[in-house]
Amino acid sequence: MNSFKNIFDNYHWDELKQNIYSKTTHDVERALSKTKRDLEDFKALISPSAQPYLEQMAQMSQQLTQKRFGKTIQMYIPLYLSNECQNICTYCGFSFTNKIPRRTLTDKEIIKEVEFIKSLGYDHILIVTGEAEKTVGIDYLENAIRIIRPYFSHISIEVQPLEQNEYERLIAVGVNTVLVYQETYHQEDYKKHHPKGKKSNFYYRLETHDRLGKAGIYKMGLGVLIGLEDWRTDSFFTALHLKYLEKMYWQAKYSISFPRLRPHSGGLEPKVEMSDKELVQLICAYRLLDEEIELSVSTRESEKFRNNIIKLGATTFSAESKTNPGGYVVEKQSLEQFEISDERSTQLVDAMIREQGYEPVYKDWEKNY
Amino acid sequence: MLQIADKIFNSRLFTGTGKFSSTQLMEEALLASGSELVTVALKRVNVNDKEDDILIHLNHPQFNLLPNTSGVRTAKEAIFAAELAREALETNWLKLEIHPDPKYLMPDPIETLKAAEELVKKGFIVLPYIHADPVLCKRLEEVGVAAVMPLGSTIGSNKGLKTLDFLEIIIEQSNVPVIIDAGIGSPSDAAKAMELGADAVLVNTAIAVSDNPVQMAIAFKLGVEAGRMAFEARLGAQTKHAMASSPLTSFLD
Repeated sequence: MNSFKNIFDNYHWDELKQNIYSKTTHDVERALSKTKRDLEDFKALISPSAQPYLEQMAQMSQQLTQKRFGKTIQMYIPLYLSNECQNICTYCGFSFTNKIPRRTLTDKEIIKEVEFIKSLGYDHILIVTGEAEKTVGIDYLENAIRIIRPYFSHISIEVQPLEQNEYERLIAVGVNTVLVYQETYHQEDYKKHHPKGKKSNFYYRLETHDRLGKAGIYKMGLGVLIGLEDWRTDSFFTALHLKYLEKMYWQAKYSISFPRLRPHSGGLEPKVEMSDKELVQLICAYRLLDEEIELSVSTRESEKFRNNIIKLGATTFSAESKTNPGGYVVEKQSLEQFEISDERSTQLVDAMIREQGYEPVYKDWEKNY
Repeated sequence: MLQIADKIFNSRLFTGTGKFSSTQLMEEALLASGSELVTVALKRVNVNDKEDDILIHLNHPQFNLLPNTSGVRTAKEAIFAAELAREALETNWLKLEIHPDPKYLMPDPIETLKAAEELVKKGFIVLPYIHADPVLCKRLEEVGVAAVMPLGSTIGSNKGLKTLDFLEIIIEQSNVPVIIDAGIGSPSDAAKAMELGADAVLVNTAIAVSDNPVQMAIAFKLGVEAGRMAFEARLGAQTKHAMASSPLTSFLD
């Protein structure tokens, strides 16, 4: 298969890392002064040399974001359908070896959760599951989407990587967007963090977006789990992946997310810590690379960070998220995938966005398209 | 080095063979240009004559012939012309150009896409001449063309890169080589196209109609080389953005 693997295999992690860290202020200034930036510029903008230019990057990022997206923030909410999972992932609450009660929502339970979510005002939903082929395989997902479809204008999913024909089935019943994060592009580290289960196959995951592109998906999301490895190198690979996909599957839209492992949060400690400053740098760098890209900032981030990132390049927000199946109504106490940081209600987040002169947008798609 | 289909090119200057005051002068100019791909209108070639004047003057090992379908108005006519050209010139390379409009010779996007799809299936290496339309380029790429040839401005106009903004998008998005064709009027236009990241340019009128085609051919050769070298060396910054005062990042301190 013609895929990103062909490009990825030409790069060496250590060389690349060294290359990013050797970028100079001259490289940064050149990147800032261009109207169209390439991946070399992106390297400069995420390098340590760009830190003194953060305010300038933020100003430019704000301008470009407003030009493209206006003063709006797209709102969505996640719905976890299952915490059953056969993968071992060192950082995840649903990891196979964690002795937790497992739960997969029934049709009736899905509807209960959905009705609650609708009462909050949401029209874009993100469906999340673990990877358990027998209980939450393609048939379960297809059925769940059929149930959910009438309630929402836009459905995103974040589930295990699937085959092209399986994606085609889900698109046919109403999936608009698929998010698949590589977690890390560092192959050895990937193996370390995914020792067991289907997810341990690095290349199968790497080629997922190609399968999605061939299936004709409307939008796809990329990202890495920040903290597993050097975030700069991992982010470069994400950008490389993005640029490849944009060229290859030119009819699709793209989004980037920035899930970040937080120190002392009870979960896996990050190997490489990323400061708030660095996350702002990364978000601005993406915007300067790509004016069209959607940048999503979830409730993993703190209130303070989220309040301020609205004006710096973010386009997409969740709020009031529960990361456990049944978490909204059905079984509020089931175990979460990860602890969220911004626990404000949708109403409060909505008010905060409006206070800043931005409009929270709940419906921006038509399900009949 | 530039690769299109299975051929490697040392020169990124492609040339045309029309409008020269003599075939002798054409030969001298093309040799001076260093060009390795020269396009010939099938309509100009006497296909039954092995001693055809144009072909004799193009009989050099460095010249790869690129027959073109200039004159056809529909996909059907283009396919017919392509098959004739393949037979007569013994090459499956083809510059596909379909212009139903005899005044500005604007390429017909719909007929071009139709013909390209068919010709690729028939085994041709297809290089379509098109408007600088980024979506059309992607659609052509999807049916399997070997390169795309968007125009800089109307053919023969010498007006330069009037389609600059769209050429930039095409170059950014393309998975096949991008050859800027038509309208390139001066070596600086050619250099500019190469600086943008075009893979090659095709020049005809500006060389053929100049007072000294041989010298002009050399000038274009140098222009293309300079532009390409500049692209590879990555051009420097052009403007400085002013630093705004109200700080967006003070919350991080």
